[in-house]
Parts: sequence; C-alpha cells; structure tokens
Amino acid sequence: MQLQDKDRIFRNLYGFHDWRLAGARARGAWDGTKALIDNGPDWIIGEMKTSGLRGRGGAGFPTGLKWSFMPKNDPRPSYLVINGDESEPGSCKDREIMRNDPHLLIEGALLASSAMKAHTCFIYLRGEFIRERERLQAAVDEAYDAKLIGKNNIHGWDFDIVVHHGAGAYICGEETALIESIEGKKGMPRLKPPFPANVGLYGAPTTVNNVESIAVVPDILRRGGAWFASLGLPNNTGTKLFQISGHVNKPCVVEEEMGIPLRDLIDMHCGGVRGGWDNLLAVIPGGSSMPMIPAHQCNDLTMDFDALVKLKSGLGTAAIIVMDKSTDIIKAIARIAYFYKHESCGQCTPCREGTGWMWRVLERMRRGEAEKREIDLLFAVTKQVEGHTICALGDAAAWPVQGLIRNYRHVIEERIDARHEAVKEAAE
Amino acid sequence: MAVRRLYPEQPLSFAFTPENEAWAKREIAKYPQGKEASAVIALLWRAQEQEGWTTEPALRAIAEMLGMAYIRVLEVATFYTMFQLAPVGKKAHLQVCGTTPCMLRGSEALIEICKERIAEHPHELSADGQFSWEEVECLGCCANAPVVQIGKDVFEDLDPQLFEKLLHDLDTGAPVKPGSQIGRQCSAPEGVRITLLDVGGPTKRDAEKV
Ligand SMILES: Cc1cc2nc3c(=O)[nH]c(=O)nc-3n(C[C@H](O)[C@H](O)[C@H](O)COP(=O)(O)O)c2cc1C
Ligand code: SF4
Ligand code: FES
Repeated sequence: MQLQDKDRIFRNLYGFHDWRLAGARARGAWDGTKALIDNGPDWIIGEMKTSGLRGRGGAGFPTGLKWSFMPKNDPRPSYLVINGDESEPGSCKDREIMRNDPHLLIEGALLASSAMKAHTCFIYLRGEFIRERERLQAAVDEAYDAKLIGKNNIHGWDFDIVVHHGAGAYICGEETALIESIEGKKGMPRLKPPFPANVGLYGAPTTVNNVESIAVVPDILRRGGAWFASLGLPNNTGTKLFQISGHVNKPCVVEEEMGIPLRDLIDMHCGGVRGGWDNLLAVIPGGSSMPMIPAHQCNDLTMDFDALVKLKSGLGTAAIIVMDKSTDIIKAIARIAYFYKHESCGQCTPCREGTGWMWRVLERMRRGEAEKREIDLLFAVTKQVEGHTICALGDAAAWPVQGLIRNYRHVIEERIDARHEAVKEAAE
Repeated sequence: MAVRRLYPEQPLSFAFTPENEAWAKREIAKYPQGKEASAVIALLWRAQEQEGWTTEPALRAIAEMLGMAYIRVLEVATFYTMFQLAPVGKKAHLQVCGTTPCMLRGSEALIEICKERIAEHPHELSADGQFSWEEVECLGCCANAPVVQIGKDVFEDLDPQLFEKLLHDLDTGAPVKPGSQIGRQCSAPEGVRITLLDVGGPTKRDAEKV
C-alpha cells in the first residue's frame, strides 16, 4: 500500500504547480495560522510530541522534545536556525521543499518560532543552492508583503526571517559549525556542551532544525499530531521524503510513509533496480555516512530509524543509494572516503589525519595493492576515529568503511589475491 | 581538507559597483548590530560575481566594510571552496560532481570529457581562456545524477552525448536550458507518475485513460 495522496504534505514536491503564495494558499498553506499560534507554545509543543516527529536532518531526535529544551524566561533573544545545508551525499529533498513549496517552510518557521519564543529565524542554505535561494527569498518577500511575517504581522507574533547561505563546505551542516558560519567564521564545529539551546547563535538560545522537520509543522498542527502519528510505524511515525539515487531505473524523490519496505519503494516508485531485484548488490540506506546493507538483508527491510539501527546502519536523511552488481564496491566506498577527507574541517587530529589515511588505504585496496593484514589495521583505524572527535563527521567517515569490511572483506581479499597473482605472472 | 592559497598575480584594487555597494549595505543591515561579520560570505560572494574570481583586494575591502581583521576574511575565503581563488574560464567554469551517487551514474565519463575538451587539470584555463572545470563534491541533486553546476544553474541527468552538446552550445553561445537534460520535471520519476495524481503532469491515471 502506498501513501495516499490525501495524506501527502508536499503537494507540490515536483513543482508542477505555482510555488508562490497564491498557489501555496490554494494547497492549504497559511490557513488559520493565527489560531494555531494563539493556542500557545505548550499546545504546539504538545502536538509536536504527540505527532512523534523525529528530526529529518539525520539523527532522528524527537522534535517536540528538542523545542522544550529552550530555556524559559531567558532575557536573551531566542533563535530558530533552519538547516538547509543539505550536503550529505545522496540527499536531495530539502532542495525540492525550498524551491517548490517554500511557503510550507516559512509558515513552519513562524509556528516553530512562536513555540520557542523566537522572533528571528535564520535559514541557512548551502552556497550551491543559488536558484533555490532566490526562490525562497522571493517567497519570504511575499510573506512580508502580505504581512504574514514581519513586525506587526496579522498573526500577532513579530517575526523576521533572514535567508543566509554558505559557500561550499559540507561541515556547515553540523549544527554548531552552521552557527559559526552564520557568525561569519570558518565552519568549525564547537565542543558540546554547551548545547545550542543554551549557548547558540550569537551566544543566545538557539534551536537548529532541518528544513523538512520544519516544513511538516503546519500540516501536523492543522491536521493534528494524532494524524501524523497514525502514519508510519510506532516510534517511526509520519511521512518522509525518500531520495533514491544510483542504479534504479527511475531515480526520484518521493514522499512515503515511514517504514515502507525498501523493495516497495524501489519497485513501486523507481521502476525497480537496474537489471531487476536480483541484480541488487547493496544499498546505502541513509546518505553516505550510513553503513551499507547487502542485498540479502534488503528483501524484508523496512525503511525506518529502528529497523536500520538493528542492522548496524541508520535511516539518516533517508537518502538511498542503490548499487547493482556491476558496482565496484571498494571504489564506491573509497569515493565516499575521499569525500570525508575533502570535507574534514581539520581541527581534530583523528579526523584530519584519519580520513586521509582511510582514503589512501582504500585506494590501494581498490587496486589490490595492499596486504591482507591491512584490512584489520584499517578497521582498527576506523575505531580510533569513531567517537574520538569533536563532531560526528569522524563517525560518518568511519562507518561506511566499517560497513565495507563487515560485508565485503572477501571482495577486498580477492582483489589483493588477484593483484598478487598478476604481479607474480608478470615477474615470471 | 584542501590547501587553498591566494593566486600569485592579483589586481591592484577592488571596489563594489554602486549597485553592489548599496546591496551590501542592505545585506549587512539584516544582522544584529555588532554582528556585521555575519555578512562576510554574502559579500565575498557578490564580489566574486562582480570580478569573476575572489581577489585579495576584494578581501581587504570587505574586511574594512565589516570591521573584520583581514586574516579572518582570508580564513573564510580559503575555507569555503566555492570561492575561486584563481581566474576561471570566461564563458564558463564547470563544477562536475564526482561523489559516489554521481559516479554510479557516469560522472567519470564527464570528467574525462572535461580533461579532453577543456584542460588536463582542474582549475586550469582552456587554451582560449574561455573554460575551466573542477570536480566538486555532492551538489545535493543526487536523484538527478550525474550533474554539473555552471554558475547559478545545475544541469542534470547528463550523459556523455548530452554533456558534449552542452559544452558545444556554451561555446557557440546557443541557448542552454538548466535542470534535467532529459526533460524530467525536477526530481519526479521519469515517465508516468503514480503519486500526486491530482496535481498535473503525466500520471498513471492519464495513461490508463488512453
Ligand atoms: C558532518 C555533519 C553534517 C550534517 N549535515 C546536515 C545537513 O546538511 N542538513 C541537516 O539538516 N542536518 C545536518 N546535520 C545534522 C545537524 O547537526 C542537526 O542535527 C540537524 O540539523 C538537526 O535537525 P533535526 O533535529 O530537525 O533533524 C549534519 C551533522 C553532521 C555531524
Ligand atoms: S570531527 Fe572532523 S569535521 Fe568534525 S570537528 Fe573534528 S576535524 Fe572537524
Ligand atoms: S553525488 Fe552528485 S549531486 Fe549528489
């Protein structure tokens, strides 16, 4: 069973319709927003908790709970920062929200901010999303003109939105690096604690949420947290934007229920794996940092946080990278290792040195120019990086390599054997 | 991490055009008083758009405008990889995505074409100075892989033939259309759709009627 159209939140996901205010209104946005705000922060946070929404930026932290961490009666201003950095390889969903349904995000930003007593929201887009930024800014301008936001707006909650952008740095998706970046610095993650809720942007209480987490808020509040919770699976509720790339016949972004079987997602929405289901080698289920799942575990796999954690992987951003049997799996992971080496901000030694080290060894393994004992050594190095760094980029770099070794050690060994054979033959 | 340094040959001066100067003032005003540094990326970006690349005099001028130490602005310019620290092709600088999702769908062939048609190495100008290219990391468009960003736009769903044609059109000044090069609407699946049936575009329901 696929999610019914009536339960979809992103009704203009593909941009077939007007993204502007008039179009958004026709699809139900900005309807009765004032009444929702007038219900008060406790009601809003309560509904969010009821909905069971878990953050869509990767970690899956419950959104309502996160909002309740903001200090009450603090003399400092509070900020909502929306994370539109979207740089995790495989991820391409926030882009569709920002360019095709920007008013969902803007209305969500107002509602979330009123619940957290924030009068200012910064939306941080990755620098490459230039058209998306233009689109979002135009929608923000429309909202100001229509007095939906701004000083003395019709909703009775003074509210400003600043559209901010980066300039090419994956690490700025990490919430404290993002805050540093807005402050005009290099995007280097901060040590936690203190957490942003206590010391965030400009030293003030700040909540950072993903674009999708905020864009679903208006629908949750209008239709009720219970409606959202009725979709998906327990503890993995609601709808979710899945992004399927790689070796499928029709790659796409699609909104589905949490917990949809992977096979349904690929067969129903993506025209199947290239060459058929039996041609599947493995999937990376949640963006490049999540360890791969080999085909034999994919048959009954459901796409939700809990099912994937059980397989030592994760839902991440629900960006599914599909690899068929033609894939050189060592090369696919080596390229991911290169990505992390390229994107390490460099302030922790295990990450700065480890990411480069892992990439170089994998490159040799790809060519078979390694020794078998180096496989265990490589695994040991991933364990020295994982959990020993300021931010989770270190973990993100270690996990895919661990996934490769756990599942495809035999491929690495065969590659090494083949190379040794070839060298021996050449010598003879 | 990559080592990024300023280009050895620099222009003597930099000044925003009057329009850009006014725009920069509005941009700075978006941030709280005392937090002017928040505008640094936006201003550097506008300067790069104006000059074609990021020059040292521009860094100095922007440091002055924002009351920042020059070294802080230099740090930002060298940290963020979209700042081009050397001159780029006049007609186009191509940013070819090479990360795994694009690699799985053929980005390596696009990079080979860049090496053949433009220059052997990334960040090197073509013989006529009109083009340059680099391999970049995931552009956030993976469902439309492989992709190439040129200026503000992304060209998606490419293959070698489509990419060759794109290069040719850029060179001759023929019009080019950003987005999917195989006519997909954004990241909707190719062909008939089975979702969002009531909201336009070709759907399964239409197909069944026929
Ligand atoms: C290296 C790194 C990169 C990240 N990139 C992103 C990103 O691009 N977008 C995003 O929303 N979250 C990203 N995150 C997660 C954020 O730190 C943060 O948890 C998230 O924005 C919170 O939003 P949520 O609670 O709504 O999920 C990243 C985290 C790390 C460690
Ligand atoms: S783990 Fe890597 S990216 Fe994160 S702070 Fe340390 S060096 Fe920077
Ligand atoms: S990997 Fe190329 S756009 Fe994501």
